[in-house]
Amino acid sequence: MAADGGMGHATKRREDVRFLTGRGRYTDDYTPAKTTYCAFARSTVANGKINSIDTSAAAEMPGVVAVFTGEDFADVGGNPAGWLINSRDGEPMKEPKRPVLAHGKVRHVGDAYAAVIAETLEQAMDAVEAIDADIDELDAVTNMADALANTDTLVHDEIGTNQCFDWGWIEDNRAATDEAIKNAPHVTTLELVNNRLVPNAMEPRCSIGEYDPGTGDYRLTTTSQNPHLTRLLISAFVMGIPENKLTVHAPDVGGGFGSKIYHYGEEALVLAAAKKLNRPVKWTSTRTEAFLSDAHGRDHVTKIELACEKDGTFIAFRTETMANVGAYLSNFSTATPTFLHGTLMAGNYTVPNVYVNVKAVFTNTAPVDAYRGAGRPEATFSLERVIDKAARELGIDPVALRRKNFIKPDQYPYASAAGLEYDSGNYDALMDGLEKRADLAGFEARRAESAKNGKLRGLGINAYIEACGIAPSNLVGVLGSRVGLYDAATVRVNATGNISVMVGAHSHGQGHETAFPQVVADMLGVDPMSIEIVHGDTSKIPFGMGTYGSRSLAVCGSAVFRATEKIIKKATLIAAHMMEDKPENVDFTDGEFAVKGTNKKVSFGEVALKAYIPHNFPLESIEPGLEETAFYDPANFTYPSGAYACEVEVDPETGKVDICSMVAMDDFGNVVNPMIVTGQVQGGLAQGIGQALLEHGIYDENGQLLSGSLMDYAMPRADDLPNFVVDHSHATRCTHNPIGVKGCGEAGAIGSPPTVVNAVVDALQRGGHDVDHIDMPVSPARVWAAING
Amino acid sequence: MYNFEFAKPKTVEEAASAMAAEGAQALGGGQTLLPTMKQRLASPEVLVSLTGIDGMVGVSASGGSVTIGGATTHAQVAADVAESYPALAALAANIGDPAVRNRGTVGGSLANNDPAACYPAGALGSGATITTNKRDIAADDYFQGMFETALDEGEIITSVSFPIPQKANYQKFDQPASRFALVGVFVAKTPDGVRVAVTGASNEGVYRWTAAETALNSDFSQAALEGMSGDADDMISDLHGSGAYRAHLVGVLTRRAVAACG
Repeated sequence: MAADGGMGHATKRREDVRFLTGRGRYTDDYTPAKTTYCAFARSTVANGKINSIDTSAAAEMPGVVAVFTGEDFADVGGNPAGWLINSRDGEPMKEPKRPVLAHGKVRHVGDAYAAVIAETLEQAMDAVEAIDADIDELDAVTNMADALANTDTLVHDEIGTNQCFDWGWIEDNRAATDEAIKNAPHVTTLELVNNRLVPNAMEPRCSIGEYDPGTGDYRLTTTSQNPHLTRLLISAFVMGIPENKLTVHAPDVGGGFGSKIYHYGEEALVLAAAKKLNRPVKWTSTRTEAFLSDAHGRDHVTKIELACEKDGTFIAFRTETMANVGAYLSNFSTATPTFLHGTLMAGNYTVPNVYVNVKAVFTNTAPVDAYRGAGRPEATFSLERVIDKAARELGIDPVALRRKNFIKPDQYPYASAAGLEYDSGNYDALMDGLEKRADLAGFEARRAESAKNGKLRGLGINAYIEACGIAPSNLVGVLGSRVGLYDAATVRVNATGNISVMVGAHSHGQGHETAFPQVVADMLGVDPMSIEIVHGDTSKIPFGMGTYGSRSLAVCGSAVFRATEKIIKKATLIAAHMMEDKPENVDFTDGEFAVKGTNKKVSFGEVALKAYIPHNFPLESIEPGLEETAFYDPANFTYPSGAYACEVEVDPETGKVDICSMVAMDDFGNVVNPMIVTGQVQGGLAQGIGQALLEHGIYDENGQLLSGSLMDYAMPRADDLPNFVVDHSHATRCTHNPIGVKGCGEAGAIGSPPTVVNAVVDALQRGGHDVDHIDMPVSPARVWAAING
Repeated sequence: MYNFEFAKPKTVEEAASAMAAEGAQALGGGQTLLPTMKQRLASPEVLVSLTGIDGMVGVSASGGSVTIGGATTHAQVAADVAESYPALAALAANIGDPAVRNRGTVGGSLANNDPAACYPAGALGSGATITTNKRDIAADDYFQGMFETALDEGEIITSVSFPIPQKANYQKFDQPASRFALVGVFVAKTPDGVRVAVTGASNEGVYRWTAAETALNSDFSQAALEGMSGDADDMISDLHGSGAYRAHLVGVLTRRAVAACG
């Protein structure tokens, strides 16, 4: 294997050199000659009828070269939902059209209804102000219960309801679950809110459209987590541009967290405008536009019941959730609250009965879609909060109650009552590790110390499992996905022995440029620095499905592995030819091919050169060149799991919560780069703590986003966070992918919110306050209000 | 941002004359004004920068008070009054982040009079005198409600003079997002009596909590404030906290400030 930098090494991220020295190249850094600038007119009302839009004055403004309204796109397609969900009665979900620009109605504050293209951005913004839009403000609906009850106020008049679907999982388990709960000795019930989050990637969205009239080729440079999917959506659904005439390129991207998975109307608009003007068209989102128009996350209102025996043995979980999808269906908005949520509602537990009902609701708010964790944080929060409450009601230690119901190591593969087959795990080992690393035994002493300072100390425990490495196509197809979820890689060994690896995954913070070469270097026995990852440009890479759902290494990394296996197989043929022996007599180790039992050997580099200078080549049995592609479609999700502990101090006078410690024990299977994995967990923990304590996308009843800027939307900062303890040494390999890896990108954001809230409730309970639950964000004002009834 | 003219006068007189122009707006460190302009929510025709006027930058101490030039940054105040008036230095050192503190100015903060800013509490709590190009204004007369001050159109804060109290402390409870004061309380014990100034809490902007002052004048201790809190009816209520919560915090922070005074 590679002496340094192969699998398992904490290799420093090579891409950080350019990021940290200001040499990253993001979409907005790219300004082709003759670029024009685009600004959007966005609705200031949450629900309104567009009577007319007079753009004549705007069109006459200095520098303006074009003005577009929804009318210009009335005949093109809508931006589709990528996942078909059927309601319990068999009816397909309601799918109102999501147009490029609002047409006829505006449906949320920030809904774009016109666009101006001008020579400068300032001119475009000036002209937007000159657009005379006659829009009748209508009553808005932002609260989900109101939206379901009140059919006088509709987000989409043509569907006659605000309910997108009413989904049951698993519908056949409904009666048995109801019966089990009815007859159970103990039932714990909890009503909770999973707060809406605004993603706030550091780099706002940006899109540049170009058109070459000589060839008819379009080029879209854009902030995307998955350029091929964006190309497919634009080609097949929205604009009808042939896929082979459209290149989508996502260069360096400054964070996505889900919000850049989706195709947005701005991308279609800059392409259409570029063709009309025969000039490049650039749009860069302001932070304000990002708040109003990026797809938000979470936003569930849930009732969960846990039925158990008196001894704490779980009998059933029953969940009723309303999931906000906002004003339009974003691409994965229907999958997130259903198959990424309902299928996880058995957690880590041997519970026999699980039933989940999810009603997806249209409201006059920004669209809601997958955000780091996507459904699994919602599932974990509901489960682990109600389990904590049950432990208190039953008088059982929260660790003991979880352990009592854990799936045991000898039960894998385990078919959960929510329809998934977990391949591997060892939850007791994680909990054993947690007890040590978090020093649970020492908690009481620390609590007494806090009490001396007038602080209430609490301990929160959590166990999670999640399903990620989003795939396999066969399974998601059955579940309603309209796309496949494989991934692809091409390994190109160049004549001089260095290697280009073209991957379908997209790196926007995950460190692929470092981690993927570690896999290849390990297999080929070459220097990882001789391997370059190429990603993000549909004209250069094979058709992959991008990066989200903690899938890059598990799915695309496995494609890289498979393609590298093919390279070794072919290189062995060439080596055998060079050494004049049979391939089956040739071994490949540490970058050298050798004939067994002889001292004949050739290096990998010599074989690479020979592949491209095929003099004296047996062309009837070996093609020249050394380049292989693999498409990899896994057999199952991967199932990372973890046990987390958090200690907090609550100031009972102000309600302020300080996190004293956060310990994350995760099972990610085999780990390729432990430093990158630790960083991923740390980032996830920060986002999870942000959700638990700080972040809240909150609309008023008129549909105005009250927390619409960083002055009111609280992002976590370094001093909000403790020093994290991150440990992924308690690993069980994934059984079905060739690297044995499980996804790690979302775990921290999935595991931490219930851990924090459990700790706060524990602190208040131990402090003598009768508080069962506080909704997130657990702000000082909410804690104080809870303490003071 | 809309286009504007930019003037950077060298003297107070030049500044005053530039401020006489139609649509003129004074610019201190720009920490509120520039973001507002970027959002096109403000559109001054002339920006008159005050940071190039030598006489308006710097700190001097004499006769039991510190005088701070109106264009002095928070960072400089934090450094320069650390020994002479540590409570004020601590207040300045906890405004925003280093970038804000290296640009924002005391005059800019007081002229804007944001209801959640720190300096209004420091000035009112200290009984400061605000000196302009026209006159001296006592802090008690200066603050006139949210974003409202005694300044006339075009009037420029040239310096602020803070009498140094016997004891003083500022307690700030951060609004979680902006980290402005959700509630901030400045307590100063002076030879003329105790002053308690509250920022962040009231619909009327910064104010003196006279009931607490009375209690502390007879007994400067936490115990004197037992059971006291602000008046919830007058308090700001928003997504970060109800009026009742802010009223409660006024009491808590005042007690903590008194305790910290020692």
